[in-house]
Amino acid sequence: MMNNTKFFFISFLIILLMPIKSFGLIEVDITRGNLSPLPLAVSPLSIDEKSRKSFEGLLKKKNIGEEISSIVENNLRTSGLFNPLSKDAFLQAPDIANLKPRFEDWSLIKAQALITGKVSYVDDKLRVEFRLWDVLAGKEMMALAFTTVHSNWRRVGHIITDKVYERLTGEKGYFDTRIIYVAEEGPKTRRIKKLAIMDQDGANNKFLTLGNELVLTPRFNPTSQMVTYLSYFRNLPRVYLLDIETGTQEVVGDFPGMTFAPRFSPDGKKIIMSFAKDGNSDIYTMDLENRIVEKITNHPSIDTSPSYSPDGKYICFNSDRSGYQQIYVMNSDGSNVKRISFGTGIYGTPVWSPRGDLIAFTKLHKGKFYIGVMRTDGSGARLLTENYYQEAPSWSPNGRVLVFYRETKTDDKGNGFSTKLWSIDLTGYNERRVETPTDGSDPSWSSLLSN
Amino acid sequence: MKLNKILKNALLVVLACFALSACATKKASTQLQSDVYTGKDTVEYLASGVPDRVFFATNETVLTTASRETLRKQAAWLRKNSDVTIVLEGHADERGTREYNLAIGERRANSAKDYLLTYGISSDRISVLSYGKERPVDSGSNPLAWSKNRRSVSVKAN
Repeated sequence: MMNNTKFFFISFLIILLMPIKSFGLIEVDITRGNLSPLPLAVSPLSIDEKSRKSFEGLLKKKNIGEEISSIVENNLRTSGLFNPLSKDAFLQAPDIANLKPRFEDWSLIKAQALITGKVSYVDDKLRVEFRLWDVLAGKEMMALAFTTVHSNWRRVGHIITDKVYERLTGEKGYFDTRIIYVAEEGPKTRRIKKLAIMDQDGANNKFLTLGNELVLTPRFNPTSQMVTYLSYFRNLPRVYLLDIETGTQEVVGDFPGMTFAPRFSPDGKKIIMSFAKDGNSDIYTMDLENRIVEKITNHPSIDTSPSYSPDGKYICFNSDRSGYQQIYVMNSDGSNVKRISFGTGIYGTPVWSPRGDLIAFTKLHKGKFYIGVMRTDGSGARLLTENYYQEAPSWSPNGRVLVFYRETKTDDKGNGFSTKLWSIDLTGYNERRVETPTDGSDPSWSSLLSN
Repeated sequence: MKLNKILKNALLVVLACFALSACATKKASTQLQSDVYTGKDTVEYLASGVPDRVFFATNETVLTTASRETLRKQAAWLRKNSDVTIVLEGHADERGTREYNLAIGERRANSAKDYLLTYGISSDRISVLSYGKERPVDSGSNPLAWSKNRRSVSVKAN
């Protein structure tokens, strides 16, 4: 299942890429909360009977064309920007629609865009082509075809969604991605925690550790399939590196005490983390190539939760040097430290957006926890969601969606604890549960897998 | 004149104490003193009369008078049992972010360690382990439960 990208695109053929954008075609505004999602039709990908039977044998799916299109449909719906229409209302058969859609039929059901396509079995491979049509203008907006190993069929659905999202919003998608998180089970006083990974839509959930030791805060390397996390292996809380392709693990550095709060630098070559010694936590980096360790902060306060800006020039972090937890920004060498959070309450877990313009944070004020965003100078703070307990936002690779975890309040007897993953748009709209087989916490969103 | 002022201040302090204690609920007032747990639930004993844990106020890592007394008893017990080594396990309540809580747990355990060192216990007999908010003793979501969870526990390691 963990097929690498290099052998993913056996071939990636662009049959026709709409070269000119000058038509004034459909556009989706994603800068505001979208209260009227764009109605569109996702026609099932057509498939010839011979191919259908071949894939049924290989993948145990009756109609792989329909399966792929329902992945696209589900992705578009959860984005909150699109409203995929019910297939019951479709008048045109999938194969004919893919050749030449009868636009009147589609505009009749109020679809503004139409996705059609075709799946075939070619030389043991899965070949998919799809087209995006502007129904009102009566024009093809995009057409793509690619061939891959058949086990990658879910990723095909995600890649199609990414292409459609990008064409209609003008921004890169976030569907061909994965989320690593901590799967939790058992009573609150003795939680069993395991690393788990799943596709962004919750499919292909897989546990990466057995739960023998406590594990916390996994984070993806933005450039590879590596993960850094905290493990209590042998009761020594240390930052580890895990290669999720091979399963190999190693301790990061040789520190005489707890290391925690790890993240990668944007180029993936360094790990930044806290090291606690004698009651004082400071921020350190370790270069993964030459193993050189650098001390970045040197202050008697607690300095933790560091996160790089996407250009690698700055670091935001959490410190209680003012007396309580607040958010600070400094140069990547530790110079020029500036406090940026000045609102009422305390602020934690700053995470720099992959677009560079915002920092997401957790705020505690008057017994409530908030997930919010602020500009990198601390101005323009907006609180997106309020709850009994929630923290640890992680950005989608396009910087439009945040995933975080939320814990429930227990009852008088201490029962009823649960922790779940949630996502919310930057706009504060489209708050959703991210379904996981067990309880979940500490989510981290990967980069796009296919580029 | 001066004496009068002192008396006046003392009276104010006493009044403030009354006012504060009146604010707390009946149950909490017996087990919580300005946010620090003072009860006996969850407390275990390293030996007769030697409690294993000390408690902290919210966001605080300084030892209270009661905590120092507990640690002096632990120090006396450690001096008597010179072959014993201990792990100081530092904990936080659930009302804070995970990473900061790991740091504050470490700082709490080190507050206890530093105090034991001043009573002549060798540092190579004491190790420190922070659990942050990962191992609460009380799963409640209320101030009393949180106060029990903000703790440093001395655990016999051998």
